[in-house]
Amino acid sequence: MSIATVSFEPKPSLPPPVATAGLLGWLRANLFSSWLNAAFTLATLYLLWRVLPPIFDWMIAEAVWVGDKTEECKNADETRKGGACWIYVRARVSGFMYGLYPYDLRWRVDLAGAVALALMVPVFIKAMPYRAIYGLAAILLVPALASLLFYGWYDFPPNVPEAQTHPWRVVETAKWGGLSLTLLIAWVGIGASLPIGVVLALGRRSKMPIVSALCVGFIELWRGVPLITVMFMSSVMLPLFLPEGVTFDKLLRALIGVTLFSAAYLAEVVRGGLQAIPRGQFEAASALGLSYPKSMALIVLPQALKIVIPGIVNSFIGLFKDTTLVAIIGMYDFLGAVALGNADPKWLGYAVEGYVFAALFYFVFCFSMSRYSLALERKLNTGHKR
Amino acid sequence: MAVEVRGGAAPPSVAVWNDPRARAIIFQALALAAVVAFGLYIFNNTYTNLEKRGIASGFAFLGSTAGFGIIMHLIPYAEDSSYGVAMLVGLLNTLAVAAVGIVLATVLGFVVGIARLSRNWLISRIAYVYIESMRNVPLLLQIFFWYQLLGKSVPGPKQSIVFLDIFFLNNRGFYTPAPVFEEGFWEIVVGFVVACIGSFYLSRWSRRRQEATGQQFPVFLTSLGLIVVLPLLVALVAGMPFHWDYPSLQGFNFTGGMVLIPEFVSLTFALVVYTAAYIGEIVRSGIVAVSHGQTEAAYSLGLRPGPTLRLVVIPQAMRIIIPPLTSQFLNLTKNSSLATAIAYPDLVAVFAGTILNQTGQAVECMAITMAIYLTTSLLTSMFMNWFNASVALKER
Repeated sequence: MSIATVSFEPKPSLPPPVATAGLLGWLRANLFSSWLNAAFTLATLYLLWRVLPPIFDWMIAEAVWVGDKTEECKNADETRKGGACWIYVRARVSGFMYGLYPYDLRWRVDLAGAVALALMVPVFIKAMPYRAIYGLAAILLVPALASLLFYGWYDFPPNVPEAQTHPWRVVETAKWGGLSLTLLIAWVGIGASLPIGVVLALGRRSKMPIVSALCVGFIELWRGVPLITVMFMSSVMLPLFLPEGVTFDKLLRALIGVTLFSAAYLAEVVRGGLQAIPRGQFEAASALGLSYPKSMALIVLPQALKIVIPGIVNSFIGLFKDTTLVAIIGMYDFLGAVALGNADPKWLGYAVEGYVFAALFYFVFCFSMSRYSLALERKLNTGHKR
Repeated sequence: MAVEVRGGAAPPSVAVWNDPRARAIIFQALALAAVVAFGLYIFNNTYTNLEKRGIASGFAFLGSTAGFGIIMHLIPYAEDSSYGVAMLVGLLNTLAVAAVGIVLATVLGFVVGIARLSRNWLISRIAYVYIESMRNVPLLLQIFFWYQLLGKSVPGPKQSIVFLDIFFLNNRGFYTPAPVFEEGFWEIVVGFVVACIGSFYLSRWSRRRQEATGQQFPVFLTSLGLIVVLPLLVALVAGMPFHWDYPSLQGFNFTGGMVLIPEFVSLTFALVVYTAAYIGEIVRSGIVAVSHGQTEAAYSLGLRPGPTLRLVVIPQAMRIIIPPLTSQFLNLTKNSSLATAIAYPDLVAVFAGTILNQTGQAVECMAITMAIYLTTSLLTSMFMNWFNASVALKER
């Protein structure tokens, strides 16, 4: 009996139906899957067509990009169709960055920025040993160094010529401003509010009734009032609280307000993380003989904080946005400096340009923070999340 | 092997500082003492400082004449009204912004949240861009921006932007028709109340009937009809005891109707678009959190997509959505205090701003302002705790 060789040759597969693959398929699935959807798509496209070209024209096509004098925008107003005047932003950008800081000392602010960057770079290098400890130290060190550089250290009496010229003369905090002030406030607020928030959250979860009641009272008090009243309080009431002769710097008072306010919100975020840790972890830590501080620092908090990273970063983004409120109590942070520039009699009428520029800046900053938190969350996800 | 049995022996005595219970008591006593001492210190300093500045503490100043005008007041107010009335005006202005803002932000937020989930790529992307761009720009900046835009880019009264011939937007504000109530309007109100009570009993009756017989009754449409038709009938019978007062251009400005000042319009608009982005995210995550199995189970029971959404998905999603939604409502109310920045006369601007500066009663003004916000927040969170407990999953 011979064995017949049966050869099986599959026919080449057919191409997928035209309507399900490629661009056409994508369009069909995502934009025109039903009559209703098609109607929505067309209506939206029409709306976009009505809205986007004018915005594009205003921002780019018809905008004035070149020049440095206000007349160039005024002249262009007759020929162009009312586009943006970006030379206003260019003329004021140094004010946006430094606020009222003396012109000849702005290199000190730049130096502080460079130092901050240099100190922060190793935090993002994976091979760096003791990265977490170094990072914590850098977060605490940078604002102190920056404040020192901003402030200077030679306090001359006003009638000495060096008071106007010396490269390290003192610059009062009232003169600090612009982006540098925003970053400083946000940095200090972030660095100081996280530890306070963690302590408050632990206190709220404590079994000691008085401690927990105090923490609950503190947290609810701050969360129940708007930040603006906290700001007002720091500017009108804090001086009343202090004994005679003791005065706090206005910036320091605002910093305290922002920090405590943000700490209360962070405490609630951290509490969420603590509640998500199973009791077994606490009990196992006790069974190993770890003291309360050790069991918290080594067992519970690392797990709890990891879970709530998105919440913490959200709070930080909120804090970053909230720093704009110092503008209301008369400080010139980034938004305050933009508003100040808008009131410049040389450049009246270009406030919208200023605000759009500021909005773009804040958007880039906050959006990248939230993207970074997503990446961090993915990296730290060890699959133990319940 | 001998087993040593320790029976009835007292636990070994521990030093006081190693006994957790004693330590807890000592620690708490110290914490309390520190807080009390801090409070006394601050109280003492404040008292001394106030005495030195010659400011009499107390709430007597609420009765004295305010002497300043307020551009928007919902209750009668004049410059010779008292500080107490001025405070009330500010509070009502805050509540007005909050109420309008909450309604509009909820509507827009739900639209955005559902759009974000749309299977239509374009609509979902637009909702995403909207949410991200609103959430990542400070609210104060947005308020400044809209206020500036309304002041600069919107034309004057003569070139007003007109909607439907009855709404006018110009740089003096937003003009809408105002209802004018005449004699006999209360009859319509009575008709409306009767219709509401009637639809309440109708829904109860229909629920009982459905439980007993399984037959459904179109409660929603009937109630809607009842609530619309009954007051309308009463109005017709009573001879239309109200009319609309339309705004009209007289010379350089509009007269008649109702005007919403630019500060109110831009503040409300900014609050609505900002909060709606957050509400949109809450709605989206709430709907996504309802497991897909629920939808599949509903389909397998033979429910069509509409009832599935209405009877299965939304009730479960609401349980997740409502707590963060309330906290957004609170946020909107608290954020309305940014009104100060564009001089909209809300509680903070009037009371913690103007009145505080005029009278110097910093402690009283700040305490009242903060107490009002705090009470609102605490009441809302108490209500929310109650609500959460009542809708929580009743499991075995």
